[in-house]
Amino acid sequence: MNGGTSRERILGRVRRALADVPPSEHPGDHPVARDYAVQHGERTHSATVGLLAENLEDYRARVHRTDAPGLPALLARLLGERGARRVVVPAGLPGGWLAGAPAELVLDSPVLTDHELDSVDSVVTGCALAIAETGTVVLDAGPDQGSRRITLIPDHHLCVVRTDDQVVGSVPQAIRRLTPARPLTWISGPSATSDIELERVEGVHGPRTLEVILVAGDPREL
Amino acid sequence: MTGTYLGMPSFPRAAEASTRDHRLRANLRRATHTIRAKRDRAVAELDDWAQLRAAGAAVKDRTLRHLDHYLLQLEESVTRAGGTVHWAADAAEANRIVTGLVLATGEREVVKVKSMATQEIGLNGALAAAGIRAYETDLAELIVQLDDDLPSHILVPAIHRNRAEIRDIFLRRMADWGLSAPEGLTDRPADLAEAARLHLREKFLRAKVAVSGANFAVAETGTLVVVESEGNGRMCLTLPETLISVVGIEKVVPTWRDLEIFLQLLPRSSTAERMNPYTSMWTGITDGDGPRAFHLVLLDNGRTDTLADGTGRQALRCIRCSACLNVCPVYERAGGHAYGSPYPGPIGAVLTPQLRGLASPLEESLPYASSLCGACFEACPVAIDIPEVLVHLRERVVEGGAVTVRGTRTVIKPAKRHATERAVMRAAGWAFDHPRVLRSGQRLLARTRGLHPRRLPGPGRAWSDTRDLPEVPPESFRDWWARTRGGPGRGGEPS
Ligand code: SF4
Repeated sequence: MNGGTSRERILGRVRRALADVPPSEHPGDHPVARDYAVQHGERTHSATVGLLAENLEDYRARVHRTDAPGLPALLARLLGERGARRVVVPAGLPGGWLAGAPAELVLDSPVLTDHELDSVDSVVTGCALAIAETGTVVLDAGPDQGSRRITLIPDHHLCVVRTDDQVVGSVPQAIRRLTPARPLTWISGPSATSDIELERVEGVHGPRTLEVILVAGDPREL
Repeated sequence: MTGTYLGMPSFPRAAEASTRDHRLRANLRRATHTIRAKRDRAVAELDDWAQLRAAGAAVKDRTLRHLDHYLLQLEESVTRAGGTVHWAADAAEANRIVTGLVLATGEREVVKVKSMATQEIGLNGALAAAGIRAYETDLAELIVQLDDDLPSHILVPAIHRNRAEIRDIFLRRMADWGLSAPEGLTDRPADLAEAARLHLREKFLRAKVAVSGANFAVAETGTLVVVESEGNGRMCLTLPETLISVVGIEKVVPTWRDLEIFLQLLPRSSTAERMNPYTSMWTGITDGDGPRAFHLVLLDNGRTDTLADGTGRQALRCIRCSACLNVCPVYERAGGHAYGSPYPGPIGAVLTPQLRGLASPLEESLPYASSLCGACFEACPVAIDIPEVLVHLRERVVEGGAVTVRGTRTVIKPAKRHATERAVMRAAGWAFDHPRVLRSGQRLLARTRGLHPRRLPGPGRAWSDTRDLPEVPPESFRDWWARTRGGPGRGGEPS
């Protein structure tokens, strides 16, 4: 775009600046010891799920637990309590999840405008995985999660995590499972700011209420 | 429009003014001590912190030693993923590129997510001169922008403003920038945040172009990473049609896997959280999700000059966590504005004189804005030996010597301001209030560097000639800090 001259100038400056690096040194030669922990401490899988719940709650997410058959009733109850009339859902969300929900469903699609999304009350999604040590859910825009904006504009996000196969212990374990080519959103509690006299305020932009549903068993066939 | 750093007075003069501002000092003290105590707890949760810190430093060193290789790899990866890469040798060129990209979309408004790189180059002013309005969308940056002010802390840029002032700023200025503040706005933080949410939502839904920075750029995959709390970053990165990211060339990391180190170091070190509320990662463009055009502007602006200095180079490891600010006794007294750049505190004292060169009394005075107590080095998650670089730069100021300026090797003459250090310390009210602490702090310099000299060798000599370095005390920095500065209200609780 800019003619390549600045590119060459910057690369030239970099190379001159690095005159002290022996020409025989390859990028991988400079040692990086990765002797940090892959996970902090030993835990059973159920303890890992417990830690996830604890850390999510510590950052003010609301956590619920159920098994796969109980999921539709729980979702219907939570949406009802919220008074959600319109709920946006990703195209690949299993149809049975919201079968009993007392709300109009709006399908994630490119023709939906941001303003229309702004009038939706809630969003329901799955996730790519969840990280126990940090209390994080990660979305990767998969079919049961949809485009990034549907979990951003509505004020209420219900996120379903399969405890059998979607909970990892640590950040390194998460990084090893995620695919960087997909757009990724790591969510650890609702948005927050401490910009005013360091007093924590939840919910500036993005959903002010995050509810995470930990589901045992496989709800994909619902 | 936004304030400017141009023509800032030298550190001693600026620090003198802010040291007299008692409210600013009280705010800063509360902020830094609160964050510091929380951070200690967040770090203590990870028993491998030392290994993570060493790995973080080593990854950054590997990157810096082969920066040309990794920049080319990043360019290739981003291009393959559908992005366009631009190279900017200096601030003026970066501003020209971004302005041109915005004008080409036909838009005259952009939304911005907090980016130190765009503050460094004065992008908002350049956009304004081209008739483009840039809206800051971080709550603190919004406060600063509405008030024509400058940020004072990396993490909490409006920490010098209290709630009543913020309410007044909103009531007075929001209407000039868009949706006005609700009538009867109180000064409760939740109400102020709600006012900002409403004011900004309208802008997000309308915006066609966004400008961001990035915390990391992965060479191997072309993935960019933005770490944030409020969600305004997600809005900017997801809703507009065109995304322009201005990223310093030192932000590149070699591999996807390297993020497992930095995503543990940064949140705990910065906001003292296990993980910040939102982290966005994107690789080029994605069909049907997010911007249709992505431009990456790689910024030099003095970074290669910094790279050319074997001792000063380590400052480029910085991941902008602000931990060094929160432990710095001089920052606590002087405030962020005294540093005359977007980079305040210890990191500013080593970065600004290197990025800009020792160009004016401000840059010459910055290496003296420190008691060399070593707390910044201990706090730094990528182990930048800030005291070492400060002493090295002091020698440069006092003795002159070879430096690289805009890519060219030159020799600078010694400065005529040998009294700078005393002036700095007096301005910060530090030497007068705490002569004992100042002396003890200097001991720790020797200790952190593993030396026990009466005079500092090599680089520190010119400076230490007027000093008598005492014996190293047989206690850790933390113990010493607790003993000399400890008192009621400390030890984990905000004072
Ligand atoms: S120098 Fe270190 S402690 Fe200071 S902001 Fe940079 S990374 Fe953080």
